[in-house]
Amino acid sequence: MQTSPQTTSVTETASAPATPRSGFVAAIVTVIAAAAAVWAAQQGLNSYLVTLLALLFINAALAVSLTLTNGLTGLFSLGHPAFMTIGAYVAAILTFSARRKGSMLPGLPDWLASTELSMFPALLIAGLVGGLVALAIGWAVLRLKGHYLAVATLGLIIVVQGLATNWDGITRGGAGLSGLPRHVNIWWALGFLVIVVAITWRIKYSSLGRAMMAVRENELAASCSGINAARLKILAFVIGAVMAAMAGALLAHLISVVTPKTYSVLLAFNIVVMVVIGGSGSITGAVVAATAITVLSEALRPVEESIGLYGMSQVIVALCLIVVLYLKPGGLFGSGEPAFVRRLFSGRKTQ
Amino acid sequence: MSQYLFQQIINGLALGSLYALVAIGFSMIYGIVRLINFAHGDLVMIGAFSTLALVTAGVPWPLILVFVLAIGAIAGMTIETIVFRPIRGSSQVTGFIATLAVSIAIQNSALMILSGQPRNFLFPAFMRQRVGFGGVNASLTDIAIIVLTLFLIGGLFLVVYRTRLGRAMRATAENLTAARLMGVAVNRTILAAFAIGSALAAVSGLFWGGKFGQIDPLLGFVPGLKAFVACVIGGVGSIGGAMMGGYILGLSEVLFVGLLPQEFSGYRDTFVFLLLIVILLVRPSGLFVRQTEERA
Repeated sequence: MQTSPQTTSVTETASAPATPRSGFVAAIVTVIAAAAAVWAAQQGLNSYLVTLLALLFINAALAVSLTLTNGLTGLFSLGHPAFMTIGAYVAAILTFSARRKGSMLPGLPDWLASTELSMFPALLIAGLVGGLVALAIGWAVLRLKGHYLAVATLGLIIVVQGLATNWDGITRGGAGLSGLPRHVNIWWALGFLVIVVAITWRIKYSSLGRAMMAVRENELAASCSGINAARLKILAFVIGAVMAAMAGALLAHLISVVTPKTYSVLLAFNIVVMVVIGGSGSITGAVVAATAITVLSEALRPVEESIGLYGMSQVIVALCLIVVLYLKPGGLFGSGEPAFVRRLFSGRKTQ
Repeated sequence: MSQYLFQQIINGLALGSLYALVAIGFSMIYGIVRLINFAHGDLVMIGAFSTLALVTAGVPWPLILVFVLAIGAIAGMTIETIVFRPIRGSSQVTGFIATLAVSIAIQNSALMILSGQPRNFLFPAFMRQRVGFGGVNASLTDIAIIVLTLFLIGGLFLVVYRTRLGRAMRATAENLTAARLMGVAVNRTILAAFAIGSALAAVSGLFWGGKFGQIDPLLGFVPGLKAFVACVIGGVGSIGGAMMGGYILGLSEVLFVGLLPQEFSGYRDTFVFLLLIVILLVRPSGLFVRQTEERA
């Protein structure tokens, strides 16, 4: 079922060195440069553009986390928005001001109604809850393959949306929770992106990552060489879900609102588009594609509004995807990283 | 039988007919090209809006039915030729993503052209009256949907099991390469399967508008997903299974809402997808299919 470019990438990554010291330096330098760029952006750009940049970082982090589940391990999951919704609601309930919570959310137990956490613990708890839900769901759903898994996880989005809409006492129903404290700024988004990329990169170039790719290429062969495929798949699914839940929480506190429809199937589609266009399994590809698509759809929005053709940008994104599938089914970067990125960050002297 | 229960069952059968019409096409397409066609649900929307346009233009109803069948068939064949044929032979997941992209493109194009505003959609007045027999009564719309669906499905079975084209379809579904070697014009057969399946979905859009009274450009999403659920219940790839799955899904959904207390009715879709996940885990090859293909 897999195509040849991905098979070559396994041998390519297998030769990556174990202790990348100069790669570590390069990574630090990159992060400092990014921080400087963000600082400059904060000075020079208006607040709309800065928020947009934060949104871009979170989108990139989402695409990278989906690369881990879908790209490296080959689990075709569309469940990201479900975990984002869970994370957003958990964090929102925890950070909401205790004064308003009693009247707005009558269904909460007393100990929850009286807590008011700051962003960081709320974010961790959101990730934890998302991970636990993924563990329970994954145990059941990960026995399915290919597009059966895709539709089951799509169903999960509908289930979570249904719960969020109908469980009024806890979630305030379809109206959602608005007026959340704006705890998240661009630095949170940048930090999150850096952490997600670092974790995914380390996993990809480790024995764990190679085991994941082995499961993707041929599960039976992987199992025969001693890989516990079932456990590995659940692990990849749960890590992806924890990242998605945290991204959902961050996004909700960036735009200060969350409703049952905030993270929809359309979002699942857009993240998948980022991963597929970038090349499933390629971290660089995910970041590049996430940037391109976020910028493209934001740039098209004013055009859309001025000529009154709502939905045009989404049509263009969908057509881009079809063209990429047609011309370059493996995505822009295949499953690997472009050579200069690999040389830079895995500390390889010669190639 | 109490009027309430009877009403629920008729309602469930009518809804089940809509699901069955969509699910059959879905299942035919999967059976032949092994493609989960996500854009199939959007043909329901295309059918519904074509009907509205034809009604506005003053076309008589029996002709509308024929036109909608034709429009659905043309739309299905267009999608197959432009998008799915070029990527045939790539991995299943690639195909699935492509159908998702087609679906998003259709939905948003419809939003662009028609705007997101829901439109009213009415069957003529005589269709909306109620007919009674033996102490119970039901709406004529529901009865018409049930009867017409049975006719369409009967016609489909005739085509699939009694014609040359049907034999070619069954052969292609069994083994595409072998069918091609035996001289079956595979591309034409696949095109025919898309045409028939899409025509049925479009007619289901006509019924959908009549039953629910309102249509909007995104209405195809839910029937598309539920058609998949119906296929999984009956066994993906089997036409009879898809039909039975559609009826089972429609009935159980209506009974779930009708027999449980009011506050559960919002959980309708949640119930359907939990049902899907349970069935995928317990009987991944469906309730009516013996042969098992690797899917779980």
